Amino acid sequence: MRIRNRTSPPAEADLTPMIDMTFQLIAFFMVLINFSQSEQNDKVVLPTSELAKPVDAPIEFPVIVHLTRDGSVVIGGDEVSLDALRSRLGPELSLLKLQGKTAADANIIIRGHQTVPGGRVQELIKRCQELGFEKFALRVKEEV
Amino acid sequence: MKFRHRNLHQDKLELSMTSMIDIVFLLLVFFVMTFKISAQEGDFNVKMPLKGEGPQADTTKLPLKLRLKSNGAGTLQEIVLNDNLSFGVDWDKLRGFVVQMVGDQTGPTDDEGPEVELDIDYDLHYVHVIQAITSVTGYRSGNDVVHLIDRIKFAPQR
Repeated sequence: MRIRNRTSPPAEADLTPMIDMTFQLIAFFMVLINFSQSEQNDKVVLPTSELAKPVDAPIEFPVIVHLTRDGSVVIGGDEVSLDALRSRLGPELSLLKLQGKTAADANIIIRGHQTVPGGRVQELIKRCQELGFEKFALRVKEEV
Repeated sequence: MKFRHRNLHQDKLELSMTSMIDIVFLLLVFFVMTFKISAQEGDFNVKMPLKGEGPQADTTKLPLKLRLKSNGAGTLQEIVLNDNLSFGVDWDKLRGFVVQMVGDQTGPTDDEGPEVELDIDYDLHYVHVIQAITSVTGYRSGNDVVHLIDRIKFAPQR
């Protein structure tokens, strides 16, 4: 009996649907990724409020100050004491001056831990006031 | 002139997908690992210039002094308004009173409206301060926020 010698091409999987789906997944995650989380701090659990709504317009000259559970102050990843606040905020004040603004034009955003003593927040505000800051924003998390 | 006869099957360009798929999966893994569902955040604005550096006089007709007492361990013990009205620890009662005073129909429109001065014990947990601000600032009605008092300040530290 004669056997036909068939040279069929190797089977190839069609990768197009998989690549389509993968690109759609990447697009989904890229759109939803929130880079503003970089201003968050793991040591701080914000208090919640039913009135918390994201700001419509970007805040002018924001200076983010974290108040952790033990009351320590964190600015830009550096833990500073209240006494060292003036030297730590020096670069920000110089930058404001360069742009023809004053400390009163900046916004201090306070991200306080929910169990930090309220008096500690007052202390922080008072120290910032002494440096000329006037506008403060108490950051809270949306109640879900 | 002689044309070279080219074998079309031999010249068929085959694109290697392996490297592209590798990169795409790496990107996918990166985004999946960094993805985090977080609740939205918002701000309560407090404008507090130093004394003597701005118009500090309270021109409002409804000065509200909200005293928040702590039990010594940071928990709220009592809410007292204007030194004589006690609300216990009931924020809804306080909000009801503020709604009655300010009026929830029109809200503060003619001028900047009343101002609330928060007088808190040092060790009172910050979450209670935010609860107080939430109660006097407004409330949610469906998807809308009804504003009551927007001017908040802190009394001198105890």
